[in-house]
Amino acid sequence: MIKVNGRDFQWEEGLTVKGLLEKKKYTFPKIYVRINDELIPQEEYATVEIKDGDDVKVIHMMAGG
Amino acid sequence: MMDVKKIKDEHVTLQEYTYQLGNVDKGYTNRTLYINLSENKIKTKEVTQQMKEKFIGGKGFGLWYLWNAVTPQTKWNDPENEIVIAGGPICGITQYPGSGKSLICTISPLTGIPIDSNVGGYFGPLLKFSGWDALEIQGKADKDVIIVIDGNNGTVKIEEAPLEAIDGHVIGEQLTEMYADSEEDKRNVAVVTAGTAAEHTLVGLLNFTFYDVRRKVARLKQAGRGGIGTVFRNKKIKALVVKYQGVKGNLNNPVDQGTINQTGIKLHKEICKLDDKQNGMRKIGTANIIEVMDEYDLLPTHNFKFGMHKDTHKISSKVFIEKYITQGMADGCWYGCSMACAKAADKFELKTGPYKGHLVTVDGPEYENAAGLGSNCGIFDPHVVLELNFYCDTYAVDTISFGTITAFIMDCYENGIINKEITGGLELKFGNSDAALELLHQMSRGEGFGKVAGQGVHRMKKLFVEKYGADESFLNDIGMEQKGLEYSQYLSKESLAQQGGYALTNKGPQHDEAWLIFMDMVNNQIPTFDDKAEALHYFPMFRTWFGLYGMCKLPWNDIVPESNAHANEPAKIPEHVQNYVDICNAVTGKSIDKDQLIRESERVYNFQKVFNIRMGKGLRVHDRAPYRSIGPVTVEEYESRQDRYDSQLKEILGYEVDGKTTQEKVKVLRKYREEQFEKLQDTVYARRGWTKEGIPKIEHLKEIGMDLPEVLEVLEKVGETK
Repeated sequence: MIKVNGRDFQWEEGLTVKGLLEKKKYTFPKIYVRINDELIPQEEYATVEIKDGDDVKVIHMMAGG
Repeated sequence: MMDVKKIKDEHVTLQEYTYQLGNVDKGYTNRTLYINLSENKIKTKEVTQQMKEKFIGGKGFGLWYLWNAVTPQTKWNDPENEIVIAGGPICGITQYPGSGKSLICTISPLTGIPIDSNVGGYFGPLLKFSGWDALEIQGKADKDVIIVIDGNNGTVKIEEAPLEAIDGHVIGEQLTEMYADSEEDKRNVAVVTAGTAAEHTLVGLLNFTFYDVRRKVARLKQAGRGGIGTVFRNKKIKALVVKYQGVKGNLNNPVDQGTINQTGIKLHKEICKLDDKQNGMRKIGTANIIEVMDEYDLLPTHNFKFGMHKDTHKISSKVFIEKYITQGMADGCWYGCSMACAKAADKFELKTGPYKGHLVTVDGPEYENAAGLGSNCGIFDPHVVLELNFYCDTYAVDTISFGTITAFIMDCYENGIINKEITGGLELKFGNSDAALELLHQMSRGEGFGKVAGQGVHRMKKLFVEKYGADESFLNDIGMEQKGLEYSQYLSKESLAQQGGYALTNKGPQHDEAWLIFMDMVNNQIPTFDDKAEALHYFPMFRTWFGLYGMCKLPWNDIVPESNAHANEPAKIPEHVQNYVDICNAVTGKSIDKDQLIRESERVYNFQKVFNIRMGKGLRVHDRAPYRSIGPVTVEEYESRQDRYDSQLKEILGYEVDGKTTQEKVKVLRKYREEQFEKLQDTVYARRGWTKEGIPKIEHLKEIGMDLPEVLEVLEKVGETK
């Protein structure tokens, strides 16, 4: 189990940041991802794997109309 | 070619006033222009030190003048009601994006309390450079008039103007042509108008022009909310015109031009580098979020019942970019705005209405228009969305209100509350774009069911109950209005903070105060009641500040600097907050910091709250929200997201859903959600320094420096004396 934005989420072997964003349908481009408080560069989303127990923050910097 | 000479020859000057031209000093001209149309009186008023300290400018000046003009008995159509237009001390600088806004205040026909609306176009800056920090219009003319301010010659005229058109896109062109000395001079003329529907509805808006030198057309930006255009036409004003030649980058006479330049350049670079990757504001403006909202189940669909629809792709931003919106244009609504979000569809052929067959420039779509005129009405035809957008603007109908009104009518129609007989033959089902267009044309003509619809959701609810026997509680649940103002276009059911962002406002449900859906629902950054209350204190105060200084809110957070990835409070965009502190101090010579910035807003925000109380609203009961903004009203709504709601009942309330009917589950969920909203209200009021009834505490007003005698007098009348 991992935390995504403070809520429990089922972890699985080989789960990357990119995979997590797809599973959560987080498609907005203005997103920051931090794993255990460490910022993950966007170009590494496909390669960085999330470990069981990680605390993941996916922060959408949404604007407004 | 229009014969503007013939039109102008019919003008009769009713009053002419001459004044000394002057310079702006640290953002202020230190005087305002007062016009009374009942008496054809024009005079100058001095801006006092107290006004600058307590009210700053923009919306603050508007509220202060309005307070002094009206009584608790004043209705929107009484002569003493005013329209006040003011920029603010930063308004008019050309170095920082979004610095050309005007703020307009009046007593709203929809709500009966002060409304404020923030609009681009050149009027606010040119008014200031012509010598005026604000324009205050009171009284009513006998016949249609225009007011012409010539900022180069120092004259103000009230002129009878019988022949000009009423509709915004026509009269905007006529007056730009009439008052410009040449094609080149057209950009020095700014015009404010309404449109034909403003005469027959309560949702009339004001169009503010800016002349687009590349397109060679007078473009329109809207002060849309609350029916200000209705007040404008009720005063028999056809137009306001301001003319000023000589715009340059230092006209505010700031104390520190260098800081303004540097801060502006920094943001221009960010926009240039990041816009394509982030929002695409320069391609499509705020409409970039249409499909994003759909993907996150937040796009209002079928009168806010659902948050997504299978056909949304037909009105996605990509469709508008590829098929309609002219690309690569400098679409800033004031000089120097590199964000350029004022997008337009050029040579757009109209298929209906009095201008059928005309090729026009449509200013839009903004997100609110696409969602309100599109998905919320079940309309997924981009041409229709743009045609509705065009006609709303030129007739002067607030697109947000029109979308929410029409969606409500369609919901009532499909529920059998109204029918074809009542609507005069219009089959107002979700998705019927012909009926929606005809409804709008009827608003312009003041005919048929369009005239009923133009009264707004609040009045329609009453009518449907009294005349057609509708279930009042159901209409109160699905009628998306509060305080009389229609909701703007976000689905707030899954964000308690956004429910508060809409309902716990001064003017009614409008997202420009606090737009917290993502921060709350997706990011889970404000999980506790105290967290939400803090956000519902900070963000409304922060965003109020833009309206005090004559600024646009979009450059604050539509482009996010790279530093934000490391920020402690990323939602506040701290680097950009510092930009505002810097340019404020650089223009005015103040030395505020980010906390004092909030305090400046807090004074005006609380003043507006007391103003509402003075006008008989502004209490807890007036902050009640329609249940559709909080949770599922109907079985259909619940079952559309059954898994989500069932899980919530089980996990949060420990309620066993097996064997329960949907009606039973709707009821249990409703009780819980309404309790949550009440609790939020308590916590927010406490954070804002208000009583449980929503009344600002006197000790709080003293603390923030807004314990003016007239303010305290109002509070004494409602029993708040401590």
